[in-house]
Amino acid sequence: MKKQMIAMLLAGGQGSRLGALTQGMAKPAVAFGGKYRIIDFPLSNCVNSGVDTVGVLTQYRPLQLNTHIGIGIPWDLDKQFGGVTILPPYEKTGDSEWYTGTANAIYQNMEFMEQYNPDYVLILSGDHIYKMDYEDMLNRHRQTGAEATIAVMPVPWEDASRYGIVVADETGHIREFEEKPANPRSNLASMGIYIFNFSSLKSALEELSHVPHCDFGMHVIPHLFRKNDNLYTYEFNSYWKDVGTLSTYWEANMELTDLVPEFNLYEEFWQIYTASEAYPPAFVAREATVHSSVVGDGSLVEGTVIHSVLGANVQIGAGAVVKDSVLMNGVVVGAGAELDRAIIAEGSVIGAGTKVGTGSFAQSQLDPRVYNSDITVIGAGSTVPEGVTVGRNVAIIGKTEQSDYPDGNLPSGAYIIKKGVRS
Amino acid sequence: MKAVGIILAGGGSERMQALTQKRAVAAMPLAGIYRSVDFALSNMSNSNVGTVAVLTQYSTRSLNFHLSSSKWWDFGRKQGGLFLLNPTITPENGNWYEGTADALIQNLDFIEERHEPYVVLASGDGVYKLDYNKVLEQHVATGAEVTVVCKEMSGAESGRFGFLKTDESGRIIEWAEKDEHGPADGLVNCGIYVVRRRHLVQILEECQRKGGKDFVRDILIPSLDKKRIMCYRHDGYWMNIASVESYFACNRDMLDPALRRYFFVEEPVIHTRVDDNPPAKFNGVADVSNSLVAGGAIVNGTVEDSVLFKKVYVGDGSTVKNCILMNSVFVGDNVWLENCIVEARTKIADGTRIAGDPDDIRVIS
Repeated sequence: MKKQMIAMLLAGGQGSRLGALTQGMAKPAVAFGGKYRIIDFPLSNCVNSGVDTVGVLTQYRPLQLNTHIGIGIPWDLDKQFGGVTILPPYEKTGDSEWYTGTANAIYQNMEFMEQYNPDYVLILSGDHIYKMDYEDMLNRHRQTGAEATIAVMPVPWEDASRYGIVVADETGHIREFEEKPANPRSNLASMGIYIFNFSSLKSALEELSHVPHCDFGMHVIPHLFRKNDNLYTYEFNSYWKDVGTLSTYWEANMELTDLVPEFNLYEEFWQIYTASEAYPPAFVAREATVHSSVVGDGSLVEGTVIHSVLGANVQIGAGAVVKDSVLMNGVVVGAGAELDRAIIAEGSVIGAGTKVGTGSFAQSQLDPRVYNSDITVIGAGSTVPEGVTVGRNVAIIGKTEQSDYPDGNLPSGAYIIKKGVRS
Repeated sequence: MKAVGIILAGGGSERMQALTQKRAVAAMPLAGIYRSVDFALSNMSNSNVGTVAVLTQYSTRSLNFHLSSSKWWDFGRKQGGLFLLNPTITPENGNWYEGTADALIQNLDFIEERHEPYVVLASGDGVYKLDYNKVLEQHVATGAEVTVVCKEMSGAESGRFGFLKTDESGRIIEWAEKDEHGPADGLVNCGIYVVRRRHLVQILEECQRKGGKDFVRDILIPSLDKKRIMCYRHDGYWMNIASVESYFACNRDMLDPALRRYFFVEEPVIHTRVDDNPPAKFNGVADVSNSLVAGGAIVNGTVEDSVLFKKVYVGDGSTVKNCILMNSVFVGDNVWLENCIVEARTKIADGTRIAGDPDDIRVIS
């Protein structure tokens, strides 16, 4: 038994730039778009592309991911041969180690890949929102006879130095490869999606097995480039969104509320699948106002929701106003509360009359590299008590009480991380 | 639980007008994402009835599709699980199911071969939450031969229900089957029965010998004076949806947050087949009040006091009032719909105005 192509999905990273959102779970498990988790996009792409064997490599806080993926039923990845397999790091005789880099993680799962004796291996990461036909990419890979094909997309020139940049000729034959160059000579950015001939991947990983923190962009691709010079690009020109920072995460959610979103989840073609339970439809009460928003199943809106994304089973109390915000599953917003540009993670409770997102921006006292916009973030399972005022660019994690808010106020840029919160 | 479940889901209904042209009553969509049979099925699953047969006959495609995987109700088990029993041609028999008793008689071998001591019989068109274990407990405690689940009703639609009278012990002593001139108030048969399996086999065989076809008319009513047929009073919500009026009323009832909480939040909840629809989308000019909006729906216009099922679209400048819009109904721009039930996948052209009466709901198909 063999598979033509299997996918290896790297889902072990914390995604520390998502701050409070990844406090308790890995980035691929973070909720998105009122229903989904980020990993649903690459997983659904696999199934829709005919890739029915996926190894999901987990490491950082995998509980949510494991629960979500289970045996793969929502993606039809519960299969007799193949399907989805969760691959955590494991102990070995001799030198056991964590996954120390993207390529190292794949190297440690060589046995898993060999089980399927694949011709090709697709490497994916679990932190982008996009719909992509990997079969089309494989066709291109086979036509060019490449050893490895790198999915690339044109990015604005001013952003190019943030990416791995590929310089290719008109046939897509890669001439140069630069990781985060200061002076980029191309604006084709690597999307972190690769197809390798399994034999090439295997020998490259073995040759590089001594390299600490072995990484695809830093080590494997340059190694293959130097060795055989047979790498090609696959150019992708559709919607592709890195949701690795709080502001890009917020923006990508907000885009879903556009009249006709560029990333359209309402098409029959190329559906996105997720693990969801049966909840009754969203209910909008008589006095409520909801517009320019998406609202998840089971939610109950008695207040006002404008330009926001609400997950499943969210409750918005009477007189509450939610604007420009992302509320994940099970969030409860008390009567009369006001939220402006807030991201509220799963199961958090905002007390009645509390205001979140007031005043103007102030630099974060917690971590200006993570918290650098006017978005206030409240981590999963947190509580904000009744009647307090919370500024912008604030982070709150844990069950807070009135006494945590001197004068009932938490100014912009401040933070509360309660003791006892897992970190 | 020590019982096997049988759900009678074979029927259509003339009282549902065009709505059951395409599907059996048991497959009627309810509350935005559910179907009628989900209630009986979930009650079975939630009562730990591990083996359930669903008897189907009338317009089965929609129902079969809904039940094509049993995992939603947790029936995807190695032992037991979900059985779909539709009429089949055998050397002994080439007839359709000619009544409730006949349907069971044609599946006597299934009932005989089970090992559970009891049988829970339920119809697929009831909307209710019930722990069948409680019915069974009472059944055993009272030494009944058959226990019938009943509900006290007032103002019931005439001719749709059998009305019962009991003595002080709860034994049924009078049973008036569906009669157009019958009462509107009283104790109504919910179509849910608990009976010892061997006893069921025995009474079905006897019924077959006499050429009987109907479980109530030919088995229960004739034996009222000979057998202890007991009533189990169900106090919670119960609605039979097999008429346009009750179907509409039941969907409207689901606008009550307390009732939704009872069915869909408080454990054990009602389960259904889950689709991959994105969340409901409310565009810039949407104005929705007192309404349910299911996943995949997109609303641009005004929606009041309505239930919008999965993937419904409501266009610009349109108004939908007191309506049930079933799956994938497309309402164009500047449409006015009032007091209507719109059949699944119907397209309502731009500028259309259709208004039923609150007491005479229009069915559009």
